[in-house]
Amino acid sequence: MEKRVTFKGWLLPMLLLLPQVIITAVFFFYPAGQAVWQSLFIPDPFGLSSRFVGLGNFEYLLGDPYYRASFVTTAVFSGLVTLVSMGVALYLAVLADRLIKGSGTYRALLIWPYAVAPAVAGVLWMFMFNTRVGVVAWYLGLLGYDWNHVLNEGEAMGLVVVASAWGRISYNFLFFLAGLQAIPRSVIEAAAIDGARFWTRFRTIVWPLLSPTTFFLLVVNVVYAFFETFGVIHTITSGGPQQATTILVYKVFKDGFVGQDLGGSAAQSVILLVLVGLLTVVQFKFIERRVHY
Amino acid sequence: MATLTITDVKKTFGKTDVIHGVSIDVAEGEFIVIVGPSGCGKSTLLRMVAGLETVTSGEITIDGRRMNDVEPMDRNIAMVFQNYALYPHMSVFDNMAYGLKIAGTPKAEIAERVAQAAQMLQLEPYMGRKPRELSGGQRQRVAMGRAIVRKPSVFLFDEPLSNLDAKLRVQMRLEIKELQKRLGITSLYVTHDQVEAMTLADRMIVMNAGRADQIGAPLEVYANPATEFVAGFIGSPATNFLAAETLGRSGVARIGVRPENASLVAPDQGLANGTLLFAEALGAETLLHLRLTGGEMFTLRQDGTAPVPAEGETCGIGWDRVRELWFDHGGNRVRQAG
Ligand SMILES: Nc1ncnc2c1ncn2[C@@H]1O[C@H](COP(=O)(O)OP(=O)(O)OP(=O)(O)O)[C@@H](O)[C@H]1O
Ligand SMILES: [Mg+2]
Repeated sequence: MEKRVTFKGWLLPMLLLLPQVIITAVFFFYPAGQAVWQSLFIPDPFGLSSRFVGLGNFEYLLGDPYYRASFVTTAVFSGLVTLVSMGVALYLAVLADRLIKGSGTYRALLIWPYAVAPAVAGVLWMFMFNTRVGVVAWYLGLLGYDWNHVLNEGEAMGLVVVASAWGRISYNFLFFLAGLQAIPRSVIEAAAIDGARFWTRFRTIVWPLLSPTTFFLLVVNVVYAFFETFGVIHTITSGGPQQATTILVYKVFKDGFVGQDLGGSAAQSVILLVLVGLLTVVQFKFIERRVHY
Repeated sequence: MATLTITDVKKTFGKTDVIHGVSIDVAEGEFIVIVGPSGCGKSTLLRMVAGLETVTSGEITIDGRRMNDVEPMDRNIAMVFQNYALYPHMSVFDNMAYGLKIAGTPKAEIAERVAQAAQMLQLEPYMGRKPRELSGGQRQRVAMGRAIVRKPSVFLFDEPLSNLDAKLRVQMRLEIKELQKRLGITSLYVTHDQVEAMTLADRMIVMNAGRADQIGAPLEVYANPATEFVAGFIGSPATNFLAAETLGRSGVARIGVRPENASLVAPDQGLANGTLLFAEALGAETLLHLRLTGGEMFTLRQDGTAPVPAEGETCGIGWDRVRELWFDHGGNRVRQAG
């Protein structure tokens, strides 16, 4: 039976809701509304007046090859971040699930990266791979590999992907481990007795039973790669070389704050807003039917 | 079908000894029930046979082949778990077919064998359902079906009926017995319910704190318990134990009298006197709970039609001395001379 708390009257519930409503209004609705408003105008170079252009900013954006390239970059980047962070996390979770002794320490160590702020993580990785003073770059040099993510687009992408995925592994690991431990031991044992070896068991029993967790993490990680990797990209590559690591969020910043194209930048924000909306719908749809089997 | 031998098997978890050396030779097609109170090591013993726990020392063989280091999937056994352990994301059909698919059995043969098992277990209407859409009894049947389609050489059951209600349990008990007889597959069956043990077993192992106190046919164990523990555990209601000196005997420590072997007599005419505390009339029989003059409790079972004295009344209790069970200080049986 679901337990419901009921209030008499309206005043108390309204009061309790008020702080959250105010925060949402001030920090979300107001700027979002402003972005929508601004996306319809082009300000003059001095910011003194602005000209109404209707959907002109959007029209321009969709025709802009750089903006379309940024879409592709974002897709590649988030795909890779999600794949790497979830893949590594799942692998570690499977190992931890089998481990009984010492799993506490192991888990605690794995959770640390999550506590590191994205910008700090970015700086960390940047120094390790710095072309002149980085340890890793130096070792790669010894091995005969000339690392230079400042010039090489693939290396730049690889580095921001790894740096972004790294901070995410802990979070994914915790969810995967919880998911694995929720699978009754006897079900796994029954499969073993039925003749299934480790990999068969994983493919036919564990993976399907883990699918709600996997799907949830998929959405959450894509959202993360889209919106929360700004710090990593800003510190490591600043979107370069050229446009190679300029994902949509970074382009909003670059065009708006660096390029001073406020109208175009606002229009980009609105497009992102729509994307978040879509992802949220997907997520809610999923939560509605949490049980997949 | 196969023979199974367990030779002086011991199990230690970390520093705790859980099984202290159990041995039994199981013949082909025999139904062995492992019975004992909670925590005595029944499941552990069964799981060692399944290969889900390592064997600390001793040897387990199936058809003469040493199994200690063989993986569960290579032992050709099937197991029914207490919580059924069905695959929640698969239909009843897929649950039953899983082992056969892994073994690479041809599709047509899988369909045939699953259909046969489904018919045997009356599961045909449910083949497309998921486990969560089944009742407890139906899930139990699916678990049985999954075990039998593979035609294993040994069946293992770990309290398969304990999650069912009393009536269904009686019904499933009969079905399991019937099925096992028909298939003739060597079986090990764990339960803490002595009625289940008595009705199912060809032979039973009565376990007590990691030891096999007695191994034998149910009626043999009932009639001739080897230890005080077995005498108290097998038989319902439980055997009454009286200190020998209260009966004026020497040479033994305790004397066991089964409730069904005692009867009411006039005061001072029997072997003991007691006051009736309360009577449980069960219809066919009545259980009388008495307090003896020495302060001990005594349960007596009589026919449901026999007269019942008033509560608080003092009665004499008599029994046939030949049917007394004698035990020494260590709890071991002392045989009556003659
Ligand atoms: N993995 C384990 N680690 C440590 N001790 C264990 C482990 N598994 C079982 N034990 C201990 O071994 C003893 C026997 O356990 P087991 O599960 O075999 O009992 P059981 O006879 O099946 O009891 P029940 O009727 O309650 O199922 C118990 O005291 C239990 O605490
Ligand atoms: Mg048990």
